[in-house]
Amino acid sequence: MSIAAIATLAKIGLWFAVLMNVAPIMVWVERRGSAMIQDRLGPNRVGPFGLFQSLADAVKFLFKEDLTPSEVDKPLYYLAPALAIVPALTTYAVLPFGPEVQVGGETVKLLVADVDTGALLFLALASLGVYSLVLAGYSSNNKYSLLGSVRATAQMISYELALTLSVVAALIPAGTLRLDDVVAYQQQGTWLGFLPHWNVFPQCIGFLIFLIASFAETNRLPFDLPEAESELVAGYHTEYSSMKFALFFMGEYMSMATLSALGATLFFGGWHFPGIDYTGHWAIVAAKGFTVLLAKITAFMLLFVWVRWTFPRFRFDQLLKLGWKVLLPLAIANLIAVAALTIGGVL
Amino acid sequence: MEIAVFATFALLALASALMVVSHRNPVYSTMSLVVTLLSLAALFVLLGAPLLAVLQVLVYTGAILVLFLFVIMLLNVGREAPSGGTAKGQKIGAIVTAGAFGALVASLLWGRFVGFEVAPLTAEYVELQPLARALMSKYLLPFEMVGLLLLAAVIAATVLARRDQGSGGNRVG
Repeated sequence: MSIAAIATLAKIGLWFAVLMNVAPIMVWVERRGSAMIQDRLGPNRVGPFGLFQSLADAVKFLFKEDLTPSEVDKPLYYLAPALAIVPALTTYAVLPFGPEVQVGGETVKLLVADVDTGALLFLALASLGVYSLVLAGYSSNNKYSLLGSVRATAQMISYELALTLSVVAALIPAGTLRLDDVVAYQQQGTWLGFLPHWNVFPQCIGFLIFLIASFAETNRLPFDLPEAESELVAGYHTEYSSMKFALFFMGEYMSMATLSALGATLFFGGWHFPGIDYTGHWAIVAAKGFTVLLAKITAFMLLFVWVRWTFPRFRFDQLLKLGWKVLLPLAIANLIAVAALTIGGVL
Repeated sequence: MEIAVFATFALLALASALMVVSHRNPVYSTMSLVVTLLSLAALFVLLGAPLLAVLQVLVYTGAILVLFLFVIMLLNVGREAPSGGTAKGQKIGAIVTAGAFGALVASLLWGRFVGFEVAPLTAEYVELQPLARALMSKYLLPFEMVGLLLLAAVIAATVLARRDQGSGGNRVG
């Protein structure tokens, strides 16, 4: 095999390994974090700081009885959990985690799929995630599941508009759909002489829109209406048990990580951090880039946890009103403003 | 390699398209249409038009078909009851459509046969920046007209949806 082929496989393997571990680690973080916020202890018995609790949970998920209710629509019922994690796993292909490096005399880019339409491809793949929720609710033959799916569809379609518009605004100053070029744009110079040249500073409104929309897209509190447990039992995954349920769980955490990674790349300079030297041996450069990106993703994820245990849930009409009457006009205004400033040479 | 990829996705597109029209359950039909459109996107990539492929996935599979499913679920359309026969104009419609499609394919093949070359896609149709430039300059009028058409549809839909409110008081749903 050529170096390029081996490098591609290695990059895919790296992302896969990281993403598969997102859910167990985040479950632990979420339980300990919620405990901290509510002045409790949380799981602290299994292993150091209760870290192996997630391992125990994973074993439990694997060995629990896998129930299939008799009246479900079987093909779709089995398809839905698989669709929950596939889109989140594939979007990482276009995410850069380092500069170009020289490996054995060949130039290797530190991203899996080097395509011109990177950001669009990311959004396109991420938009497929809604099918899992829809099909899960439909196939379960349960009114609570169905209501959860109907909510999920309306919510995700509505907030996708604001999300996409804020992403487009972040792409405009760099003038490209390639995420590695967006990262490169954010390395040039500084804002006001001391702030890093990250998009988040001039586009703080765009970033806020992106953040709010990503809470809705990942069905996290305060927008977790598709699985609102006080109204819908467990929403779209009411009828799922064992590992199938765990897949929905993993999918939710993975899509959180996905949108966090996109946010970090578009608004916070991606794998780059001012002051870090990205030259030298390729392995060290890749490790530095990946660590910085991972640290930024982690910061986003902690924010997700913090918000979840701090805010109450919205009502559904409030949710849609916010999406259509506030975020969408704001996102359009933001887009026009950013475009004008870019043409004017300010950005 | 290329022919294998083409064959896989072409067959997938045809099989799922057949499923769209033949399956009794509208949800399965919609999901088959998802597979059809994804296969077509793969074929676009093979033809050297990745932008078209991505837009296809983003617009059709990511948004429009989700709305299809949304409507089907809202109306809770179940399995279609086997109808007694075919509708009156159905056969004629099928024949006319099949004929038009056949003529289109035949004209393309005939063109190849007599040496008439179909112009290859230029950057203006497949690459982002040239496409955007063309839409904003050469094709500005049709582009704006499509926008106007969509706006008219949105307004019409809103008017239809609001019609009840005048007479029905604050009745919900």
